Formats: sequence, structure tokens, C-alpha cells
Amino acid sequence: MSPRLRTTLLLAPATVWLLAMLVLPLVVVAVFSFGERAAAGGYSAAFSLENFANLGTRWAAFKNTLMLAPAGTVLCLLIAYPLAYFLAVRADPKWRTLLLILVIVPFWTSILIRSYAWIYLLGGQGVPKLVGLLGFGSPRLVNTPFAVLIGIVYGYLPLMVFPIFVSLERLDKRLLEASADLGSPPWRSFLQVTLPLSMPGVATGCMLVFILLMGEFLIPAMLGGGKVFFVGNALVDLFLQSRNWPFGAAVAVALVVIMLVTVTAYMRLTRRWAGGRDDVSLM
Amino acid sequence: MTGNDDSPIAELRGATKRFGPVVAARNLNLTIRRGEFLSFLGPSGCGKTTALRMLAGFETPSEGAIFLDGQQVNDLPAHRRPVNMVFQHYALFPHLTVAENISYGLRQRRPKPPKADVAAAVERALETVRLPGFGARRIWEMSGGQQQRVALARAIVNEPKLLLLDEPMAALDKKLRHDMQIELQTLQRQLGITFILVTHDQEEALSMSDRICIMRDGQIVQMGSPRDLYDRPKNRYVADFVGKSNFFDGTVESVAGDSAKMTGPGDVAFVGHAGEGVAPGQAAMASVRPEQISLSRGAGGVPVTVVNRIFLGEHTEYLVRNPDLGQFLILASRQAEAGEGNFEPGDTGYATWRDGAALILNND
Repeated sequence: MSPRLRTTLLLAPATVWLLAMLVLPLVVVAVFSFGERAAAGGYSAAFSLENFANLGTRWAAFKNTLMLAPAGTVLCLLIAYPLAYFLAVRADPKWRTLLLILVIVPFWTSILIRSYAWIYLLGGQGVPKLVGLLGFGSPRLVNTPFAVLIGIVYGYLPLMVFPIFVSLERLDKRLLEASADLGSPPWRSFLQVTLPLSMPGVATGCMLVFILLMGEFLIPAMLGGGKVFFVGNALVDLFLQSRNWPFGAAVAVALVVIMLVTVTAYMRLTRRWAGGRDDVSLM
Repeated sequence: MTGNDDSPIAELRGATKRFGPVVAARNLNLTIRRGEFLSFLGPSGCGKTTALRMLAGFETPSEGAIFLDGQQVNDLPAHRRPVNMVFQHYALFPHLTVAENISYGLRQRRPKPPKADVAAAVERALETVRLPGFGARRIWEMSGGQQQRVALARAIVNEPKLLLLDEPMAALDKKLRHDMQIELQTLQRQLGITFILVTHDQEEALSMSDRICIMRDGQIVQMGSPRDLYDRPKNRYVADFVGKSNFFDGTVESVAGDSAKMTGPGDVAFVGHAGEGVAPGQAAMASVRPEQISLSRGAGGVPVTVVNRIFLGEHTEYLVRNPDLGQFLILASRQAEAGEGNFEPGDTGYATWRDGAALILNND
């Protein structure tokens, strides 16, 4: 068997899979987005830009997604970094594996069940009641953007912790000694050495969380109670409830375009920060 | 408080370092002179790196004290000590350019020095280590030898009171290592900075240092100039570590002043300088350097058979065997060979050394 044939054969399953499961559906969605809603719902062939012109009617979903996805990503980062730092640098290596497992344990339960738990926690019998008992009135938490944000951070935290943990654990501790030796106090060594060298992990974590959040629909559906909805919820609504497939397809295309633009910009930016250094070993 | 030229630049007084039950350094007493090139020499785990790390401030002594320029610095953290280190694997910052690496120390100073001054100092340092114009390079674009120079520049640009070198040449190939040794020595004279080198390579220590501190099991065994250690090792450990030597077991016959006479296997007599703790009637060890022994064809001396011959250019090293003494080495110079001719493996001859060539040492 020639090497060329072997390579082709080895790549064939993945290629077929990608074509059938990613490229083809995307093409279908793109084609649908120019069509018209059939009378009984679904798709009827046409070429119109009307669906794109109507995107504005779903502005609230786009606004919520574009506010809460970045906010959720940043919040995840702010909570995950210290945690990852503790796990990678400070924690006794004896306990490290156990602590890491604790970070993923929540994943063993379905996000659905965990979201129900949050509904209860943030609902009338949960935190608001506790706050009420302390005499601060009883704030409404569930079905607010705040509740969605809590759910997001809770659900996506491990995805942020792990890449940062890996980049911090790989960090050569001798670099910190070198920094101290050259007269830098510990907090400045953190800013000048640890932080820049953990940026690849930060970039990966942010990208993972952000991309997944842009398509999120479960958490806003449960904790936003239909009041705080994402583009994902709009899609569910358009495809399954109102059966306006062409408009749904247009919304989906718009989401893909927004993601492509933001992710490309983000990658450009991080690459500039890294100074073209994507594959540097720490010697 | 800055001392004058005679006061020591650094001092260890009874410095002990324990890591749990392990004693890495035990009661080290050591005075480091201003401007000298001092080496800590010993096998791995002998405490030499611990000694260096205590001077750098990475380890705090469990007992005893560290002085820098007359000031007790036990509790002074590393980032506040006027000391810089060249790390074993350089520990250069991979996210910074060569110039940013070198200027790192200067940029930590408060108040911050003017940018122009920093840039000028970096360029001077690069010239000193013979890498002019390399400032904008990235660390991973530099070869091992170049990275070593960058690490050196990054330390000397701060004009430290002590420059600590932790096995700086371990990662270089032999030829490069030799060049670097010469360069380091030149640099040390040129800068007048006190250099402290940690190494397990006796050749490196012998060729570069003003003084060598030989360590074993966390303790200082002997301290002195390379010549002192070579000619007057205190015990077998030092004689073995510094240069090549032949060792013969025996019993001390008599000691007179600092000279002793030992009888070895086959009643061969060894006369020479007595090391520490050598007393008549005791078991001892005679050390005879290979270059002190000559090999001749004429009768007289210890009869030997040549086992192997290694041509070294200026010298030839013979491995010879005597039924009583076993195998030992003889280093013959070109001139000696001119007189006696070449010996081939299997040839027989006589090994001789003059009285006083041996060192009688205790077995420590």
C-alpha cells in the first residue's frame, strides 16, 4: 500500500464525518436562511433577504448573549485563575489529584439536574429566604440575568480551570527564583513571569468557555425562566415552536458570523500578546 | 556598612541546613575574599548547591549565619540581596527578548533607572559576553552556548557583590565548555566581581579557581588553592577528587615531622608527606601521582608489565601491573620516552619514584 493511499484511508473517516456532520448541515442552514416559511411551518424554497432584515426583532436574544457570554467568560476567568493557581502552585502535590477530581465531580451529574438545584437555591425557599431572615428583604434572584450568570459560571468553571492549571503547572519554578534573584518581589514576579507565561492557558480557557456560552440555551432557559434568553433559546423557539425554519436559519447564520468575527479578532490579539510564540518550550 | 578591601565579601558561620531529617549542609565555616574566584567542588548531594542557595537567599540556614559584606543577611529575602546567580539551566525568561532578559534586574530597581541608561548597560553587557547586537533576539533563537552568555550577561549587568554560578557549564559540550571556562576567568579578572562556582567537575574547578572548597556529605573537607589541594590533599577523598592518583594500601612504619614512611604490598616502601591523622603502626594509604612515576628498562625499582597504553600527545599514559601492587598508572612525558623508547603492551620494565613523591594519607 502506498503511503499516499494509507494517508487517504486514515483520513477518510474523519473527512466523511466532518463533511456529513458539519459542512453539509452548515450549507443546509445557509440555504434555508434565504428561503421562506412554508404555510404549515418548515421551509419552502425562495431567495429573499427578508429573514436577515428581520434579525432586529430578535435583538434582545443577541443582546443577552453578547452581554452575558463575555461577562460569564470574564467571571469564570476571575474565579478560575486563583483556583488554578492554588491547585498548580500552592497545593500539596499529595492532595493535588484529589482536589482536581473535586473540580470535575459536578460533571458526573447532568447539567439539567444541577440547574434544577440552582432554581431551588435561588428561588423563594433558598437564598432569598435566607437573606429575608437576616432582615434585608427578599430579593428576586431566579429568572434574572444574575441567576443566569451564576448558572453559567457554575457550569463552565472547570473548563476554565483546567487549561490554566496545565499552563501554571508547566511553568518552570526556577524562573521565579531567577526573578527573585534579579530583585523582583514575589507579587511583581507574578505579574512579570507567572501571568504572561500562563496566558496560553488563559487564552484557551476563555476561548472554550466563550464559544460554548455563545451557543448556550439550557441554563438561560432554566434559570432565566424565559425572561433572560440567549440566541440559543431563540433558535429552539423558532425551529421547534413557531416552526419558522428560514428565520431560525438566518439567526443561526448571524450567530456563526458573530462568533467567527469575535474569535478571529481574539486569536489575532492573543497571538500579538504572545509575540508569535505558540510553541515555546520552557527549556 | 561596606567593608574595606581586606574584609571578607561574604562569610558562612556555622551554617547548617536541614530538610526534615536530612542535613544538607553541616556547620559550614567559610570566609570568601573580595574579588576571588572560589569553587565548591564535590559530587552531587555533597551540599555545595545548598551552600550556594543559602548565599543567594533561596534557603535560610537552620542554624548559623550568613554574612554579606559584613552584614548578617539570614532574613534578607533573595530579591533584596546584592547577589546574582547564573542558574544551571540558565532559567532565562522565554517570553522576553535577550535584551529584556538582561535588563530584567535593572528594571526591578526602585526608583526606576532611566531607559537610556538601561539600554546602554544592556548593550555593554552584551559586548562583554561577546554577543553585540543580539538584544532583539528571542531566547529560543539562541544556541546553548549563546543562552549561557545571556544568562551571564543578565547577572553581571547588575554589578552584584557576588556572582553565583551553579554548574553553569554542565549543559555545554566539551569544546564550548573549555572556551567558556577561559572566558569566565578573563571576565572575572576584568570585572573584579567575586565569583562563586559550584561544580562537580574537578578539571573545571582546578583550572578556574583561586581557591577550592571540597565538600562531602554536607561538610567542608578541605579548602585551599588548586595547587595546595593537588600537592597536599588532607585525605584520600581529596587526593582522589583532585587530579588522578594511584593508591596503595599499607601500614605506617614511622612518622618524622610532616614526613612518613609506609610499607606497602610486597614490602615496597613509600616515603612522603604525611596527611592528617597519620600515626605509626596504623593502616594508611599511599597516593602517588602518575606523573611522579617513571618507567624505565634498566633494573631497579618495581618490576612491572605494561597492560595498556594511551597516547595523549604530549604524554603517554601507561597502565602497568605488578604482582604485589596491582595495576597503576604512569604518565610518561615525551622527553622521558625519547630516552627509554616506547613501551608496548606486554613489555616489561621498572617503575621508580623518588622519596617524597608519595603522600601518606589516612583512609578517610
